[in-house]
Amino acid sequence: MSEAATNGAATNGAAPAPARAGATRVPGADLLRVEGLTTQIRIGATWFDAVREVSFAVQGGETLALVGESGCGKSLTALSIMGLLAPRVGRVAAGRITVDGVDMTAASERQREAMRGDRLAMIFQEPMTSLNPVLTVGFQIGEALTRHRGLSRRAARARAIALLDRVRVPSAAARIDAYPHQFSGGMRQRVMIAMALACGPRVLVADEPTTALDVTIQAQVLALLADIQRREGLAVLLITHNLGVVASVADRVLVMYGGDVVESAPVRAFFARPTHPYAEGLLRAMPRVDRVQELAAIPGQVPTLGEMPDGCRFQSRCPLRVERCRERPPLAALPGRPDHAVRCWVRAA
Amino acid sequence: MSAALASAPSAWRRATRSPGLVVGLAVVVAVVALALAAPWIAPYDPNEQDVLSPLAPPSAAHWFGTDFFGRDVLSRVIWGARISLSVGFLATAAGVVAGTVIGIVAGYCGGWTDRLITAATDVLLSFPQLIMGLLLVAVLGPSIGNLILAIAVTAVPAFIRIARGSTLAMRQRDFVDACRALGFSDLRIMFGHLLPNIMDEVVVLASLWLATAIRTESTLAFIGLGVPPPTATWGGIVREGFDNLLDAPWLSIFPSLAILAVMIGLNLIGDGLRDATDPRGAP
Repeated sequence: MSEAATNGAATNGAAPAPARAGATRVPGADLLRVEGLTTQIRIGATWFDAVREVSFAVQGGETLALVGESGCGKSLTALSIMGLLAPRVGRVAAGRITVDGVDMTAASERQREAMRGDRLAMIFQEPMTSLNPVLTVGFQIGEALTRHRGLSRRAARARAIALLDRVRVPSAAARIDAYPHQFSGGMRQRVMIAMALACGPRVLVADEPTTALDVTIQAQVLALLADIQRREGLAVLLITHNLGVVASVADRVLVMYGGDVVESAPVRAFFARPTHPYAEGLLRAMPRVDRVQELAAIPGQVPTLGEMPDGCRFQSRCPLRVERCRERPPLAALPGRPDHAVRCWVRAA
Repeated sequence: MSAALASAPSAWRRATRSPGLVVGLAVVVAVVALALAAPWIAPYDPNEQDVLSPLAPPSAAHWFGTDFFGRDVLSRVIWGARISLSVGFLATAAGVVAGTVIGIVAGYCGGWTDRLITAATDVLLSFPQLIMGLLLVAVLGPSIGNLILAIAVTAVPAFIRIARGSTLAMRQRDFVDACRALGFSDLRIMFGHLLPNIMDEVVVLASLWLATAIRTESTLAFIGLGVPPPTATWGGIVREGFDNLLDAPWLSIFPSLAILAVMIGLNLIGDGLRDATDPRGAP
């Protein structure tokens, strides 16, 4: 059985849903499917696998958290889905990405452009720099509607007021013509969310949406996102390194290390029984209020792409390392737990 | 710099506090107003010859004196302002539009497009601006349209360079990725989002280039490559007076003063705008 097929079966816990031709709304259907995605980035003249055979699926109303430290490939996965890899530097080398029934990897750039901002939207990490400083927030929120829905400027502005109101920016009508620098960080992130939601997308990719915000504002923005998701039945791919955020909003967790998915589990099972040595280390490095324990750091550092070991990519830092780790372990389901899969020879034996 | 247009009120307040900008604006507005009002305020027809009083010194009847053909120099300077200013404005406008568009494309697209455009720009910039204008007019032949074209072409590389540089810096900003994530086309990103961000720098350079364009027109007219006579232009009037410089210096002095006034005015505006839009210079 191929690696990709193993991944797909393990992460879904069921046979993959048959591919749909149109964009008909099937309840519980996968709005976002990623199958065997391998993304490469170029350093010098060499292309390195920065994301290796990643597979997952997200249904409407579901939040999948992609967790890992800087450089583990989570943001590259997001950019691959969006089709926003910088040409000449990054490329999707293999795999298939399906958004709301549309095969993004087979689509032309024009078709992808038509999908982005319409059925597929993204929220960025830095609300301070992700808005154009010289255009009003109203114009920026409405622009996607003029682009994708052919609305007039005036109609788009009216919709923008409604959207600003929905992301709970106070006195939306009065602030619609304000410029980004007149908003606080939290308010700007709400504006970003309003922009992303303008055309009623089915899939939302949120790349560290709260990392740049104050803790109290983080909670508000997460609650807002969760509320919108529940009402609209959005499929959300949440990229984060904050396990607290994962615990509060995610339904399932995908842990990435060195471009590999090393663990895939429902959120409760993940926090109750993290199984991959890396995931275990991550959780032990996180302070908890309900338990007194030493914080344990994971020794060493993530190897650079050029020095990534063959086989298991965590082997150089792993306390459980055995001879067999020189070969790459498959992402295999734990015995009796079809929805909890781990890429480890020792733990998933 | 990027917030300059966004914070327009404060930039405007800073601008009006700068005395240089106010004086420059006053001078330029006054000259433009005189040029526009030429048919009503010029005391004589600029081409009307009074053969009985050639080379008359300034007097109550002829404030700036008369030239070799007895034409009123004041009227010629006022009418000449129309040609000199409109050639300057149109040439600068054409140069700004072309240069900015090409510069944004180069900065945004990068790669071979950028390398090609940058190389061509470097070649063009290696010619002194006046020599280039001279060459073009000599090749195209003197007419008002060719003059505008030639001066516009000399302005293009400077605007390519500034637009490309600002675009390169802006392209790295996260909002460009956000635009792409919303499915916006490259054209929309370049001209809907990047252009407004680099406008302030382009406007400052344009105000300074306006002075250069008017000076170039005058210089070309002075060496005989301007709008063909008898049409009055500032450089042309200076040239006509040059033959009688020693016995009738007013012929050249007054149009030269007009050129000087506009040069100083436009440079004051450019410097004032730069100070007003540069946050580092903010008081």
